[in-house]
Amino acid sequence: MSAVLEVRGLSVRFAGLQALSEVSVVAAAGEVLGLIGPNGAGNTTFINAVSGAVKSRGRVEFEGRDISGLPPYRVARLGLARTYQIVQPFPAMTVLDNVAAGALFCGEGLSLAQARARAEGVLERVGMAAVARVPAASLTLAQRKRLEVAKGLAARPRMLLLDEVNAGLNSTEIEGALALIRSIAAEGITVLLVEHLMKVVSGLCDRVVVLHHGRLIADGTPGDVLADAAVVEAYLGRRYAERAGV
Amino acid sequence: MKALAAVIAVVVMIAAGGLGAAYPLKLATLLAMYATMASSWNVIGGMAGYPSFATAAFFGVGAYAGALAQAAGVPMPLAWAWAGIVAGVVALAVGWLVLPLRGHYFAIASLAVMIVLRQIATNWTGLTGGGMGLSLTVPTWDTLTQARVFYVGQAAVAALAVLVAALVSRSRLGFALRCIRQNETAAGMLGLNARRAKTIAFVLSAALVGPAGAIYASATSYIEPGDVFDSLLTVEPIIMTMLGGPGTVAGPLLGAAIFLTLEQTVWANFLSVHAAVLGVLVIVLALALPNGVLGWRRAA
Repeated sequence: MSAVLEVRGLSVRFAGLQALSEVSVVAAAGEVLGLIGPNGAGNTTFINAVSGAVKSRGRVEFEGRDISGLPPYRVARLGLARTYQIVQPFPAMTVLDNVAAGALFCGEGLSLAQARARAEGVLERVGMAAVARVPAASLTLAQRKRLEVAKGLAARPRMLLLDEVNAGLNSTEIEGALALIRSIAAEGITVLLVEHLMKVVSGLCDRVVVLHHGRLIADGTPGDVLADAAVVEAYLGRRYAERAGV
Repeated sequence: MKALAAVIAVVVMIAAGGLGAAYPLKLATLLAMYATMASSWNVIGGMAGYPSFATAAFFGVGAYAGALAQAAGVPMPLAWAWAGIVAGVVALAVGWLVLPLRGHYFAIASLAVMIVLRQIATNWTGLTGGGMGLSLTVPTWDTLTQARVFYVGQAAVAALAVLVAALVSRSRLGFALRCIRQNETAAGMLGLNARRAKTIAFVLSAALVGPAGAIYASATSYIEPGDVFDSLLTVEPIIMTMLGGPGTVAGPLLGAAIFLTLEQTVWANFLSVHAAVLGVLVIVLALALPNGVLGWRRAA
């Protein structure tokens, strides 16, 4: 499979803190790539750097095009969408208009009416059609997380960066979110998933990369990575390894 | 429907004043000018949520651009239109620099724009007459005809300002500005070039205020920096918009009418302390109606 996203030597520094150090990651077309690591390892910073939200060094290629240093809006228009760990709705706007914004700004030149028509379809698909006319501020956390995904999908991206879309959800809500991510992947959209729930990682991801203190410490199949001694030491802990029998 | 009623009421006020004698005509001209300033501020301040304190800067630029054009022999209506172009071009240059700033930083930078332009107008004596001011030559009609001409000019600019605000509000740009107001970072991440959208809004806002400044200059026949680059001119449109309902098309228009009514009532009854009384009234109204009169009516 060809690479959709190719990151080489990505580094990010915040004043005295080296948040990412020479991280290289490749995402193949159509795969679900898990990005895991302890809190503060640099997972969200990685997504921020790839999407242009923070300044970085190194090279980021999307579909063979160098997108290093591009502002976020230009990265998004190339077909690389993202969600936020802390959801970022337009709170006073309706759910429909939140999703329409994703369609309107993605660079296809849609009219407002066309963007809203597409948003109706996306909301139907993610199971939120019933709340299309309510303000985003009135949604539950699970619905807000789903709204983030819907906004990304409205742009018809080729790759979606999902930052902890399951954080704070109960087990039923997580099952629903997993089904949605599976359906997205089944459409051929490449997914990079930042996640802390190992059940999700092992059940969903084709491949997993692990960050620790801003460095890449493992890259492989979920089975191999979750059994990796360095990953167990840095992130999962021995108790998890014993329980999981790795 | 209530918003439409408010628009019609203010339009009737302006139109009725225009049919009257000198004093109603003066009030109608002032109301039209206030409506222009509030509606144009609303495009950047109300819709995009960027608290611009640069309104007086573009009013002043328009006043001087119009006055200088008239001095160069340009017919008065063309000089007024030219003032809009000049104010828009200045806003384009200034906006590109200050619009990446947000919140208080943008507010302070936009205020600084007005102060810097006033200093330029004060010190560039060869062009502007400096502190001595600039006298304009206007056609020698009788007083009432002159007043009617300036009234028609201000009313036409006000109509244009409200029309532009209405078109922007319904357009992709208006949608983008509302997204910027609520979450600019998220809008950018979805593909919106927020800087471009804000700059267009800023330029539109300035290009509408510029002609109002030029007509004001023609009407007074004399301008000086402290008069047209006046910080009150920067604050009043914000108060008017907040009184009527920020982010709406009808709100600034309604707010302009409320403000003018308060202002004239206070002037007539509290001449020596009018500014203080007006200030207290505005504070009371802002506390009672945080979303403006239209916001209150929506909630009722």
